[in-house]
Amino acid sequence: MNSLLNVILTTDFAFSVLRVTTPILFAALGALISNRAGIINIGMEGIMLVSALAGVIVSSYSGSAWVGLLGAVLAGTLIAGILAFFTLQFKTHIILGGVAINMFASGGTVFLLYLLSGDKGSSTSLPSKVLPSIDIPVLKNIPVLGPILSGHHILTYLSIVAVFVVYYLLNRTPLGLRIRSVGENPHAAQSVGVSVVKIQYMALLLSGFFAGLGGAYMSMGYLSLFTRDMVAGRGWIAIAAESMGRSTTVGTALTSLLFGAADALSNALQVLKIPAELIATLPYVATVIGLVIYAVSETRKKNRKVKSPVVK
Amino acid sequence: MQTALLEMRGITKVYPNGVVANKDVHFSLRAGEIHAIAGENGAGKSTLMKIIFGMEEPSEGEIFIKGEKVRLQSPQDAIDRGIGMVHQHFMLVPSFTVAENMVLGMEPRRGVGINYAEAVRMTEETARKYNLAVNPKAKVEDLTVGMKQKVEILKALLRGAKILILDEPTAVLTPQETEELFRELTQLKEQGHTIVFISHKLKEVKAICDRITIMRSGRSEGVFQTADVTEQEISRLMVGRDVVLKYDKETAPDGGPVLTVEQLNVNDQQGKALLTDISFAVHGGQIVGIAGVEGNGQTQLIEALTGGLTGVSSSGAVKVKGKDILNSSLLDIRQQGVAYIPEDRMRQGAAGEASISDNLISTRYRSKEMNRGLFLNGSKIAALAASLVEEFKVRCSGPAQQIGMLSGGNMQKVVVARECSTGPDLLIAEQPTRGVDIGAAQFIHKKLLELRQAGSAVLLVSADLNEILEISDVLLVMYEGQIVASFEKPSAVSEEELGLYMLGIKRQNERQTGEATEHV
Repeated sequence: MNSLLNVILTTDFAFSVLRVTTPILFAALGALISNRAGIINIGMEGIMLVSALAGVIVSSYSGSAWVGLLGAVLAGTLIAGILAFFTLQFKTHIILGGVAINMFASGGTVFLLYLLSGDKGSSTSLPSKVLPSIDIPVLKNIPVLGPILSGHHILTYLSIVAVFVVYYLLNRTPLGLRIRSVGENPHAAQSVGVSVVKIQYMALLLSGFFAGLGGAYMSMGYLSLFTRDMVAGRGWIAIAAESMGRSTTVGTALTSLLFGAADALSNALQVLKIPAELIATLPYVATVIGLVIYAVSETRKKNRKVKSPVVK
Repeated sequence: MQTALLEMRGITKVYPNGVVANKDVHFSLRAGEIHAIAGENGAGKSTLMKIIFGMEEPSEGEIFIKGEKVRLQSPQDAIDRGIGMVHQHFMLVPSFTVAENMVLGMEPRRGVGINYAEAVRMTEETARKYNLAVNPKAKVEDLTVGMKQKVEILKALLRGAKILILDEPTAVLTPQETEELFRELTQLKEQGHTIVFISHKLKEVKAICDRITIMRSGRSEGVFQTADVTEQEISRLMVGRDVVLKYDKETAPDGGPVLTVEQLNVNDQQGKALLTDISFAVHGGQIVGIAGVEGNGQTQLIEALTGGLTGVSSSGAVKVKGKDILNSSLLDIRQQGVAYIPEDRMRQGAAGEASISDNLISTRYRSKEMNRGLFLNGSKIAALAASLVEEFKVRCSGPAQQIGMLSGGNMQKVVVARECSTGPDLLIAEQPTRGVDIGAAQFIHKKLLELRQAGSAVLLVSADLNEILEISDVLLVMYEGQIVASFEKPSAVSEEELGLYMLGIKRQNERQTGEATEHV
């Protein structure tokens, strides 16, 4: 038990929580936007994977990590656009579309990787670039807080900024108001001339944009290369975080952090004598427990809503 | 004579499924009037309004606004031309504030964000201008129905509506709220607005409308100055049959009470009464018909009989062969020997994607004779399906055909076959011939009469005057959740008289209704 506390109560651990939360947080924010528009994008996992590879390829061919980031984000938005095109234009079921994206991404990225590098497992032979980490002046010298908050990857900071941006977008802008109205009562939106399809397009593209940022972080920050299926369920965890966060921006950010902590814990515990396989399940167990708690509280809330008027 | 603000000439609307909703309708609206459109459900009022609001395009006919010919292809077109609609089901986002709902789609901006202060100010200004008090910062989900309606009216006014269409606005309101609405509408009229008021409540029409257009079976029956016509005349024009069907009915022996309803009361969550003191009985060998304009409690009555009441409070008793079934599940109720033909065959009556034979056994696949061990008994099911398809003359390629491919009449025959062939003690038939061709309707009527002959009790709820007057042995009329009249020889009742009761102009006193229901 002591050794466990020794692992957790360190600035290194706190630092790593933020580090592993980043991709989950990006994808969860993306899932949040599309969900609020009433269209659940379960292709997050695949979009992240494609973006991760796109970042590696574009950065290695352009020689610039920033151009690579742009490529990753564009790839994510494009894949989301394809999903939107099929679901909104041709009325493909969004779940089937999302499954197709995920399967396509898993196989397609390996195929493309093999074509370009001759390797089916990782992109070691590609000279891809990595985005920088930043030391924050003043803050880095403060004890405890400094080592935890300073020196992170630039996208980690961006993900925190993104929480505020998404909050503002959803709650304070005309687009956000329309996204929420389309998700809650599409007929109401339509009756005042808001195009439901157009808004859902925007929402899906935005979800692809954020998943793209998450993907870019995976191969240009978290690791410095692409490996097959490197997203490893983070897209799914993000969707779980979004729904456990009750589709609010703050809730989504906090549950993302919770899942990030579980993820970091599983990394940290590997130094202890617990089977690695067992530890590796931690984030997923946390996801399941989280979803169960969420479902139970939702059901209770609903029951209360139905019952209370009759009691009166 | 002034030129019409809005005029519709020769409007015909045929839906893709062949239903003719409007036929050569003429409608003209003068500036500054309150114009009622009255008619029974299915008379084509809603379709006509959807055409005015750009939600449907007419198959034929022309629309003129201030003498200029227009095409309205979307609600936005209609809004741009100053037409606003208050839908029966409110088009509001519950979790938004009043102000947010008001400005949705036309949000005032400050930089990239919404200027909420401006939204609140716009709401307050519009509310003050038209004297409709609302709290801009309240959440819509916390508002009463009457308040929500106010927000809807304000939404249309904020978008510059000069013509306001209200689709049965009083259907969801309490009497006090209705009065308030009328005051508001009169004020709007004084400020130069023109209002189209869709309703089948004649008292309300008489109370606030200047002119009235009456519709029946998709046609317009004429336009009148409200002051010049009596409620009786309106009722006669609204309620009527186009063709009279006659059936030879043998007398069936009285099998004693099968269904008894005692002092049934149902209130909704807001405490509004949906059913008040409903008592009647249906005996074996008897068809009891329930007539009434839709929305007068028939739906709730059927729900109470079939285990479908949700989110309401109920009291009283509903007994089938002496056993109380109020609040039982439909499965339990069916096991008491009750069969049920639901109103909506597409959503409730049949599973559209499944085969005819699957639909035929959907109420009895649990029974022993349909099973063989763990599996369904395929050959028995096939034989049963084949014989029912034959007996009920279902026109199809065979029992394996998908039911959704059949015409409405044939689909309904399958539903009727399923419900009649189990030899029920009680059959509840809800609009059993709605939207089916006359041949299928007559066939279904004959089957109901056969069932009666065999000693079953039949409760028939229908808006079709032909069937309700001709095949019922006892006729009850519902109005505003109460039984207002009861007749023992329905075929002798004239349509005019029935219309007076259905529209709430006349009602029998308690002794009369009680007498007839006691006889049954």
